[in-house]
Amino acid sequence: MTETAGSEQVLRIDAYPTHEVGGYRVRAGKPYPFGANVVPGGVSFSVFSDQATSMTLVLYKRGEPEPMAELEFPEEFRTGSVFAMTVFGLDHENIEYGYRADGPFDPVGGHRFDARQVLSDPYARLISGRDVWGVEPDRSRGYQYRSRVCLQDFDWGDDTPLRIPAEDLVIYEAHVRGFTRHPSSGVTAPGTFAGLREKIPYLKELGVNCIELLPVFEFDESDNPRSNPETGEKLYDYWGYNTVAFFAPKAGYAATGRYGMQGDEFRTLIKDLHAAGIEVILDVVFNHTAEGNEQGPTISFKGLDNSTYYMLTPEGYYFNFSGTGNTVNCNHPVVRNYVLDCLRHWVADYHVDGFRFDLAAILGRALDGTPLPNPPLLELLAFDPVLRHTKLIAEAWDAAGLYEVGNFPAYGRWAEWNGKYRDTVRRFVKGDTGVVGELATRIAGSPDLYAGRGPAASVNFLTAHDGFTLADLVSYNDKHNEANGEDNQDGANDNNSWNCGVEGPTDDPGIRALRMRQMKNALAILLTSQGIPMLLSGDEVGRTQQGNNNTYCQDNELSWFDWQQVQDNAELLRFTQQMIAFRGRHRELRSTVHPTGQMREQLGLPDISWHGERAWQPDWSPESRLLAVARCGHGDDDVVYVAMNSHWESHDLELPALPGGRTWHLFADTGAESPYDIRTPGTEQELDNAGKYLIGPRSVVILVGRTPQGD
Amino acid sequence: MTLNVKERRTKAGTVLVATGEINSETSGRLLQALLPLVREGKPLRIDLTAVTYVSSAGLRTLLVVYREAQHADVAVTLYGVSEEVRFVMSATGFLDFFETGEATAAQAKARAKAKAAAR
Repeated sequence: MTETAGSEQVLRIDAYPTHEVGGYRVRAGKPYPFGANVVPGGVSFSVFSDQATSMTLVLYKRGEPEPMAELEFPEEFRTGSVFAMTVFGLDHENIEYGYRADGPFDPVGGHRFDARQVLSDPYARLISGRDVWGVEPDRSRGYQYRSRVCLQDFDWGDDTPLRIPAEDLVIYEAHVRGFTRHPSSGVTAPGTFAGLREKIPYLKELGVNCIELLPVFEFDESDNPRSNPETGEKLYDYWGYNTVAFFAPKAGYAATGRYGMQGDEFRTLIKDLHAAGIEVILDVVFNHTAEGNEQGPTISFKGLDNSTYYMLTPEGYYFNFSGTGNTVNCNHPVVRNYVLDCLRHWVADYHVDGFRFDLAAILGRALDGTPLPNPPLLELLAFDPVLRHTKLIAEAWDAAGLYEVGNFPAYGRWAEWNGKYRDTVRRFVKGDTGVVGELATRIAGSPDLYAGRGPAASVNFLTAHDGFTLADLVSYNDKHNEANGEDNQDGANDNNSWNCGVEGPTDDPGIRALRMRQMKNALAILLTSQGIPMLLSGDEVGRTQQGNNNTYCQDNELSWFDWQQVQDNAELLRFTQQMIAFRGRHRELRSTVHPTGQMREQLGLPDISWHGERAWQPDWSPESRLLAVARCGHGDDDVVYVAMNSHWESHDLELPALPGGRTWHLFADTGAESPYDIRTPGTEQELDNAGKYLIGPRSVVILVGRTPQGD
Repeated sequence: MTLNVKERRTKAGTVLVATGEINSETSGRLLQALLPLVREGKPLRIDLTAVTYVSSAGLRTLLVVYREAQHADVAVTLYGVSEEVRFVMSATGFLDFFETGEATAAQAKARAKAKAAAR
């Protein structure tokens, strides 16, 4: 058997079978790499199980209910705890495979082997069984999520991960399906990777340079027994946080999923996003799997090596730090390597730029669940050569009370979703008192939390998929999750939201205007804060979920991006675009180190200074609802002054004097009617009254101190 | 489903007309037919008017041909790509590599006639 290397024919002696099993010609496979890999003449299958007494490879002709062959691994094909076999003569495109692992069924001892079950390969790079979103699966089939073999030979051309400096990122959190599923999207294949690809020009115009995708690893959207109590409509696992296969892109997110081409479709999306200067971060869920607890289904890990992959109580039950039934045993050496292999796969084979780790505090727990001071998994990921330049972002808490915002073991690499930023800015914007001091800390990049790590350790956000949208944050005091079928018991209760006077939709022009202003206030603060800003997809056009703050199950217009709003809410979209552009223009908002108040000698102003109604006299009192901050970069940088007033009355602001012939120019005033609310960066208008500005009720004003340019 | 391939020489180059499905079973044959034509160095048109489905392996085969042609400085054009095949090729990025053209109405008619006769 030969393979071609350039014009040379390379002879490989391992390309010949040595044994016959079940009528198939085979030989001992390579234990590494794990998974199914196409090799000369055949496919090498390699799977780990420490406690299995025997292992059988189960082969199906694609789509057939019953196996076409079952090949038990000969004992001599086992290296350590790895079963590896090369099977010759397979049409790799037209087979599905799985494993039967035999061993003890001893739950107290941690073992749940059941040779009657066919198990998915944890390393499967392609999964069939849920090929088209929402199609009701044939549940009579014994083997639901079928592993498939694929080549990893995508032609990337010159593409590589972009390596945009972390402090320059503007992240846009989006759901692959929700982004274009709405009939108004106008794309060829709504709700897919291909559909998202058609919307790249929109992202470019918006100005974001990073898209963070809710989970794209294969999951089962039909895995939700509930229905909407009001309409009777079926509910889904729409967000996709119950992973079925960690190496496989979700087929139902691909227009070509029915052909098994989801890998290439997703790669093509990433390649084109990169060409547009947009990075891709994946939301990854290593804290739990779709297998649930002892009542849950056996899909893969549970039947292959339960005690290795899951944290178990001494009685053999599942620890539930994730709130979803089980907890992945992340700091077990085997599982650590599994997570590492998985992330390397997404970086090397999909050119992904970074990861956001769901409930990442769990990744720092020991095998018995106790928090570790130096979690080996987090260190491993921080220093891995392949992951070296990827963004690592932690959701630094878990569902069992471990809250590590500011304390997440970072190894100089990890950033965090800054939940304290969200809570503080929300409280300020709605008009709470006693917040101004903490607001200053948060907008300066939270130096109290991230000293030594820099502002880019803080991912600042006001809204995310989990919780209210921005429009709902200013339209609802309370969550309205009845459609989720749990009597409004699900979802967070502490939303720090304010409805501006009426709960939900209203025609009252005054309330509508106030809500618009509040949204602009929030965006203006977010996009002038030090740290990495993250926007929730749709917030730029006022997307509403009608007060539902937990739409994990809502695959409908409640969750989808309504593209009609791009026209209807053009005012807010324009405001967001200009704010993002403004941030890109001002390095002082994107500093790599926290400001300290040190004097910038060339400008005669400190890098950061605080002001109130009077310049240089911020009001830190508990009653204060007004704060202004001026930031000053090096050399010829402009000075940026941001005044934030959450009071319901106007205030006269005395502006700090500017050095070197600079004067104050107005960039944005959320209290002004559109189009005077914001300008194109660089075209700011010089103030008539150089030393004063009247800030309106509940408004944010942004000024630029620069040399007049004849405007 | 099988794949039939037929070559036709024209003044402008060579046309390879494929009929059927290009998948893992048939793509080897297609490659065997195409590579010698690439090596001839003349412009090559691959007529896919009568191709109903191209699988992942099939797309890879076409890309291999493209890379070989690029290496040999030979122009390759795909003709008559059906709407469905075009969409799949577009979504998966393969279409970006190729020049494509439409089969002329006369060609399409002739092929339909030939197909009917073959039946």
